[in-house]
Amino acid sequence: MFAFLANPDRFMAFSRWAAPLFGALAVALITVGLWFTFAAPEDYQQGDTVRIMFIHVPAAYLAMFSYVCLGVASFLSLIYRHALADAAAKACAPLGAAFTALALITGALWGQPMWGTWWVWDARLTSVLVLFLFWLGYMALRAAIDDETRAGRAAAILALVGLVNLPVIHYSVEWWNSLHQGATVFAADRENRLPPVYLIPMALMALGYTSAFGSLWLVRIRAEVWRRRAATLALQAAGG
Amino acid sequence: MSPLVVLLRRELALAWGRGGGPLPALAFYAGVTTLLPLAIGPEPERLAVIAPGIAWLCLALASLLSLERLFERDHEDGALDLLALGGPSLEAICAIKALAQWLATGLPLAFAAPVAALMLGAPVGLAPVVFACALVGGLAFAFVGGLGAALALGSRRGGLLIAVIVLPLFAPPVIFGGGALSQAAMGAGQISGLLLLCGWALTAVALSPLAMAAACRNALD
Repeated sequence: MFAFLANPDRFMAFSRWAAPLFGALAVALITVGLWFTFAAPEDYQQGDTVRIMFIHVPAAYLAMFSYVCLGVASFLSLIYRHALADAAAKACAPLGAAFTALALITGALWGQPMWGTWWVWDARLTSVLVLFLFWLGYMALRAAIDDETRAGRAAAILALVGLVNLPVIHYSVEWWNSLHQGATVFAADRENRLPPVYLIPMALMALGYTSAFGSLWLVRIRAEVWRRRAATLALQAAGG
Repeated sequence: MSPLVVLLRRELALAWGRGGGPLPALAFYAGVTTLLPLAIGPEPERLAVIAPGIAWLCLALASLLSLERLFERDHEDGALDLLALGGPSLEAICAIKALAQWLATGLPLAFAAPVAALMLGAPVGLAPVVFACALVGGLAFAFVGGLGAALALGSRRGGLLIAVIVLPLFAPPVIFGGGALSQAAMGAGQISGLLLLCGWALTAVALSPLAMAAACRNALD
């Protein structure tokens, strides 16, 4: 797939219809997912606030998924020095930061009624906040270096270093005692697993969020490619 | 004499000889430690609880200070180009530079850390643990910070940018060191926090020279 999309012309032809397709898919999935969200029964302990889960968990998943995307794009741009991979990494950063911020905000809104506090300095929450700071650092580094290729490569090195942070986030719940609950979607024992009435809207929302991310990412990469082409044309016009 | 030993002596001479050596970092450390009781309130019982952690965090901040010149100095006058052309690999050169950074500022700060903790009211028994954390943590701070300094080469806002890049990477060592200090304060004789800190420091020493060298090559291209 990477080899096919590495050709900019083929990528632009593919993303031209793929971006709106993913967008339409995202709207459909999120609409149905929201309908299931409000149709789901109240939790016997949490009541109505359990519905925050369907917005919070997919956002938290995407916060990490988008970082993996950034890592892969950075790896490809660093090893193969491919301009399109660099554009993909650049386009990914604001989206990832937005999903991470969404996870933090919805988590705080859920924590207030359930734990009685907006924020605790717990391992999982803190590591997601660190992930958010990392996105900011990534964007700051890219913005601070004038030369675009050089900025792209420095940012790619930073992104690969930051990949160390992802496993820490994932296992932090098991490593440190935490107020945050453990994994329930893929839990091994049946008793702790999420029941289907909650699992179906969660899966729909997760797929919807992923499609939305894919659509926005493609749109942003396309915009970055057009911006670079326009900059090249402007340089040529100025020179000739 | 091996070229790397010569390089280490040069780095140490540069770090100690110009700009007061470790004095600015120590003065910053003393200044922040002085301002904290003014901000929090001077009640000894309140300060004693947070003293080791505060001393530890201020140390992390103080070790950020002198990072800006670590690579930029050599990048500006072309010495980095010559170093990259020479015999030893750029990875080894970066490791030596980070090691010199630790010897020049990390070690003096490690000796100052127990003093700061005691002044803030930490029990005397905690001083060895504070020193050990500062010593090992300083090594991790120097190598991870060196990575930030190498990445920020050729940017416009060096110092601030290094802090923004490096502070998220400081999170694990700060967590492990804080864990070691609270374990010591409880007096259960556990040292798992300190061991985790040592592990993180060794990982940073092993891996960050690779990234530092890649960042330097990127800046030199």
